[in-house]
Amino acid sequence: MRITITGLLLLSVTPFLLGCGNYTRNGSESRKSTVTIAGSTSVMPFSEKLAEHFKIEDPGITVDVQGGGSSAGIQACLNRTVDIGMSSRELKGDEKRLDELIICHDGIAIVVHPQNPIKDITLEQIRAIYGGRLRNWKQLGWIDRNIDAVTREEGSGTRGAFEELVMAGTDIHDSTMVQDSNGSVKEVVATDPYAIGFISLGVVDAKVKALQVEGVAPNVENIKTQRYRMVRPFLYLTMGEPEGAARLFITYVLSKDGQMILKKEGLVPINE
Amino acid sequence: MNRRLANKENAIRLVLLLFALSSLLFLFIIFIFILSEGVPLFAKVGVKNITMGTRWAPTKGFFGIFPMIVSSFMVTLGALVLGAPLALGCSTYLSEYAGKKTKMVLKPSLELLAGIPSVVYGFLGVVYIVPLIREYLGGSGFSILATSLVLGIMILPTITSISFDALMSVPAAFREGSLAMGATKWQTVYKVVLPAARSGILASFILGMGRAIGETMAVIMVAGNALKIPTSLLDPLRTLTSNIALELAYATGDHRRALFSTGVVLLVIIMSLNLVANFWVKRRVDK
Amino acid sequence: MRINPRLIDKLMRGGLTFQALFTVAILVAIVLIIFVKGFPYVTTEFIFSYPEDMGRLGGIFPFLVSTLFLGVLSIAFATPLGIGTAIYLTEYTKESSLTRCIRFGVESLAGIPSIIYGLFGFIFFVIKLRMGWSLLSGTLTIAIMVLPTIIRTSEEAIKAVPNNLRTVSFSLGATKWETVTRVIIPSAAPGILTGIMLSIGRAVSETAAVIFTMGSSLRLPASIMDSGRTMAVHFYILAREGISLEKAYATALVLIFSILVINILAYYIMHRMIARFS
Repeated sequence: MRITITGLLLLSVTPFLLGCGNYTRNGSESRKSTVTIAGSTSVMPFSEKLAEHFKIEDPGITVDVQGGGSSAGIQACLNRTVDIGMSSRELKGDEKRLDELIICHDGIAIVVHPQNPIKDITLEQIRAIYGGRLRNWKQLGWIDRNIDAVTREEGSGTRGAFEELVMAGTDIHDSTMVQDSNGSVKEVVATDPYAIGFISLGVVDAKVKALQVEGVAPNVENIKTQRYRMVRPFLYLTMGEPEGAARLFITYVLSKDGQMILKKEGLVPINE
Repeated sequence: MNRRLANKENAIRLVLLLFALSSLLFLFIIFIFILSEGVPLFAKVGVKNITMGTRWAPTKGFFGIFPMIVSSFMVTLGALVLGAPLALGCSTYLSEYAGKKTKMVLKPSLELLAGIPSVVYGFLGVVYIVPLIREYLGGSGFSILATSLVLGIMILPTITSISFDALMSVPAAFREGSLAMGATKWQTVYKVVLPAARSGILASFILGMGRAIGETMAVIMVAGNALKIPTSLLDPLRTLTSNIALELAYATGDHRRALFSTGVVLLVIIMSLNLVANFWVKRRVDK
Repeated sequence: MRINPRLIDKLMRGGLTFQALFTVAILVAIVLIIFVKGFPYVTTEFIFSYPEDMGRLGGIFPFLVSTLFLGVLSIAFATPLGIGTAIYLTEYTKESSLTRCIRFGVESLAGIPSIIYGLFGFIFFVIKLRMGWSLLSGTLTIAIMVLPTIIRTSEEAIKAVPNNLRTVSFSLGATKWETVTRVIIPSAAPGILTGIMLSIGRAVSETAAVIFTMGSSLRLPASIMDSGRTMAVHFYILAREGISLEKAYATALVLIFSILVINILAYYIMHRMIARFS
């Protein structure tokens, strides 16, 4: 019985060990035809979209997109465990060893539930809400209910950008709820009428309502004309010049087609 | 010929011993790695600053997890308060009142249903429980109440199963003796059987607690994950487990080490709970 | 005024029955909700096609494969170790401080929460051993996780084998090992198999330990070093990010259904084999 078990074990593992060379889905040759990208969960869905389209362009190359967060992606890139790292925040200190490439810009949108009648908010009010001083919607002209503020977790690139661009030194209060991705923040705001959150502009859809900040609507136009200031770059990072399949993918991302895809998703392309 | 046979037997024995020691080996490795990543920060920042600190801002150098320790205990207690009586009632019914056929259907059903993944509980909690709390009780819905409810339901199969075993192991003679003296069934259950199974029942509670305090995914979905110590049942909270899971992917350096420190604290709490539970179970056997 | 004890008896009986039914009802309701909301979306296409748009469209085929491999491989690693340990503890030694130590080790492993396994697997397999987020990292981590369950259930099953079987085997001249492999294990097989099946169920529904060791890649893993996403992880991501409620329910249904099937199979095999041997 033990022999059968060992036999089954070997049998089941063998096909996998044979595949250790990172075959593509078609079962063809070398690892050069896979590009691994990992990092910011904000950038990830857009990289995934680009990867899907790129597959149509160049079926021989598979782009494998992972999350993990901006910091993890930067680390992975420094360790050379991935070809390209994704970051939604600026590089700091030692990280600047990497080659960084801005693939687009992304706005940070302040979102509330669609039923929320408020349309505009000032930076001071956002700071007060997240700083824990402004706690009730009636202080903003709505009903008498507590504001359910939602933030991202510590270490998130989006949160880092939000803290830098909006909070300006004030700490986010510890009674704010925390979710660990744009999607889950959006989901909370979409289901809780009394919630408010900040998410990547590219993720905003009909489920939530994006507020005007100081009278400026968060859209691509206003970002390009710099009227909307809550903006951060999406970065692709490589250790040295990108080569081979990675270079082909990056070229695609920077091309008109790639940028068009990003634009359609609500991001701000770089070349226009 | 006999010596060869003896040698073969000895060799087999050795191999099996090594297999058996593997459990100890794994336990050892796990502890070593968790401790080696988590303990240095205790040395660097101070045990008190971490376990009693109230501010968690790891990117700025604050590693206080006291609010999370409190929150973990609060939801676990809440889960017990909500789940244990129900589970105990269920197991008492199964053991003392249910016929053989009912037993044969219900017990496996309970065990089958124990196989439901924890993320499903969390999801249904978000879809059904959280909005209800928000509508009728206030707050955002992501709260101690929601988390305790979800965890309470999750530990039902655990407590039911183990307390059922404890009740079933009470000798029939106890019951017969009581009934022979004229007691009603309920009086027998209440005054004879339950007390006799007390250690096992308590052990089931403790193991249920262990499961609740160690639960991660379901909690992240319904707790709101705020850092403050909750002051009301409707306040959001963050447990030790959620803290680790929320930030592990993004964390580097001291931040990551702090998450391992959180893991160390969690391990200490759960190991202690398990030791207590095992002690109580052993007492039952010795009695 | 003393209340009639017979009345109390009737009331409590009703109360307890209610509690039992309520408990079962809650758990059944959970399965029913998933079934009703998910069933319309579980089509053959859903099961066999690849996900698109982060899972908003398409199916769960790669996740099914990843889940299958995780379940099978982790059990493959854990079973020899687990049964071996159980055999050693029951057949090859008497109770001693060594066996107590080993049992302590097993009990402790069993008590460790899954997030700690996730932490451990992450730092040990993914980073220190440089396996990266991969099926291998995930499988090894989950194998250690289910090991205690296999040891426990195998031990119970082996202990339950009647002693006279052993005596008869020895008196016929068999060695200990022959007795173990040809008499005891076959006789204990139903119980052992149940333990294995339950462990597969547990491995497959794990999320915390899997996400940090296996990753969450949307691709079909082509080798054991590739990352993959299990159905439980996919469900978690779909649900939390609000990507697609329907697909979430559908994934949950496929997942729960698989676990239920495995558990039912376990009981069926156990009863069949017990019937055959008695």
